[in-house]
Amino acid sequence: MIRRISIAFFAAACFALAGLLLLARRAVIAPIEHPVPESFSVGSVAQGEALAAAGHCASCHTGPDGQPFAGGYRMNTPFGIIYGSNLTPDPKTGIGLWSLQAFARAMREGVSRDGSHLFPAFPYYAFTKLSDADIEALYAYLMTLPAVSATKPANTLPFPLSVRAFQEGWKILFFRSGRYRTDPSKSNDWNRGGYLAEALADCSGCHTPRNVLGAEKTHDAYAGAEVDGWIAPALTAANPSPIPWTEEELFKYLRTGIGPLHGATAGTMTDVIRGSLALPIVPDSDVRDIAVYFSEMDHASARIGAIEANTRKALATSYLGSGQESDPDADLYVSACISCHYNAGPVPLPARPELSLNSALTLPEPTNFIHAVLKGVGETGGAPGLVMPEYASSLGDGQIARLAAYLRRTRTKSPPWTNLDKKVADIRRDSGKSR
Amino acid sequence: MTTFELNGRRVSVHSPDDTPLLWVIRDEVGLTGTKFGCGIGFCGACTVHVEGRATRSCITPLGAVAGVKITTIEGLDPEDRHPLQTAWLELQVPQCGYCQSGQIMQAATLLKDYPDPSDRDINAVMAGNVCRCMTYPRIRKAIQLAASRMRGVTHG
Repeated sequence: MIRRISIAFFAAACFALAGLLLLARRAVIAPIEHPVPESFSVGSVAQGEALAAAGHCASCHTGPDGQPFAGGYRMNTPFGIIYGSNLTPDPKTGIGLWSLQAFARAMREGVSRDGSHLFPAFPYYAFTKLSDADIEALYAYLMTLPAVSATKPANTLPFPLSVRAFQEGWKILFFRSGRYRTDPSKSNDWNRGGYLAEALADCSGCHTPRNVLGAEKTHDAYAGAEVDGWIAPALTAANPSPIPWTEEELFKYLRTGIGPLHGATAGTMTDVIRGSLALPIVPDSDVRDIAVYFSEMDHASARIGAIEANTRKALATSYLGSGQESDPDADLYVSACISCHYNAGPVPLPARPELSLNSALTLPEPTNFIHAVLKGVGETGGAPGLVMPEYASSLGDGQIARLAAYLRRTRTKSPPWTNLDKKVADIRRDSGKSR
Repeated sequence: MTTFELNGRRVSVHSPDDTPLLWVIRDEVGLTGTKFGCGIGFCGACTVHVEGRATRSCITPLGAVAGVKITTIEGLDPEDRHPLQTAWLELQVPQCGYCQSGQIMQAATLLKDYPDPSDRDINAVMAGNVCRCMTYPRIRKAIQLAASRMRGVTHG
């Protein structure tokens, strides 16, 4: 009896799997002749260019030293390496044979022109919310780019993750197709910001934690997550910065890479700013609307009253350590950090990232702080014009750990970081920065 | 090959990306006003300006400064008459002189940020520039003198 039931279950499972695999391949969409550029309106192409910039498409679709949008960017996912594809209208290696219909299906359903599933490293789950007009504009822009023949390297996803048909299951579990829904109770600016953040820029792609299958935990939206070894901070009221992310502060940060009351960009976010939101083609108003959307999420308006007092309090610690060279922790800070990071007040200077306000020091984990100290910030790796030297060869793991503990203790009200020596050693090893 | 701007002149160098900027400036380009002190960013002798800001060149890798503007003591002023340099001369600040180019470059950033610096500001911003001859009192005085001239205030 038990044997029969097992066989029945096994058979049912086989049928289900077979059915899934049958369903899993969608129709091929017929190739088209490459449309002549004149068939697209100038306005549509320009709109597409601005959207592609705000959506930082080029970040993942441009390889190292490669032509823009010609693919080859190496994305390290927990499942393996996935390479960005070629979005130029080359018929063999790019999307030259793709009709608008095929492009729209890829953007909104995550299905390639040949009917196979795309991996959600490509955020179709966000792009599904884009409007028809914006999809058409993006298509017009990409199809009028110069065609570049460039074949991307093969992904290194292990079997069975490499089987695209299995993406059908992922989609059933986690993907909901549908356009952005305007919230009539909110302002136009907020809705525009929400649309740009949710449908185009996919901010949640980095700032929302993911489950074991790589899907965003929607009940934990924008709670902060680790990406490429860095921490993408929480964008909700759980963000631990002593100063709220007001619309003005966030606008400055997204547009210039420096939020004077929070710090300068480094790590993964730098591309989003310098390769996208800081570009002149992205209108000020769009960046401001994104700032409106997230400053509300941060509950900034409820905390505006305390900004001045809290800034003053924080800056009072800027001088701490000076004249205390007999304290070995303070001595490290004074020798290595204070000349660039000291602020006299009453407000911090943009080019002197104030440590007592710095996100790297207030986050629950020291990850970003350790990265910055070990590897510094190169000119292209952070805000324009700000370069931080790298301390990998001059400070040992124990010294970096002590510096981290000292600054956390003297500059923030947050609980001490734990296990610092090991965390520094791990990040040093992973980033290949031997002493 | 890495290209950057050094004292207003475009230079292209062949050192690998992880070469300290200081080595490139001294050994490959041949400008020796910038000094090698501790080699770990703890003494300030190697201070140059990267995009106008004092930076320890001994621990700044070449790859971090591709395409940017670097200024060394040789390029601080076209006639070597930056108010800090003239104040330094007048008050005879240096003794052995080894740390002084770094001191002046750091002080220039200090005055850009804080044109009227308090003693506290000077202590903080100059703390990472050490001088084994103990010229600190004269350094402080020269900074104040240069600051007052740069603000257009007559000294005395």
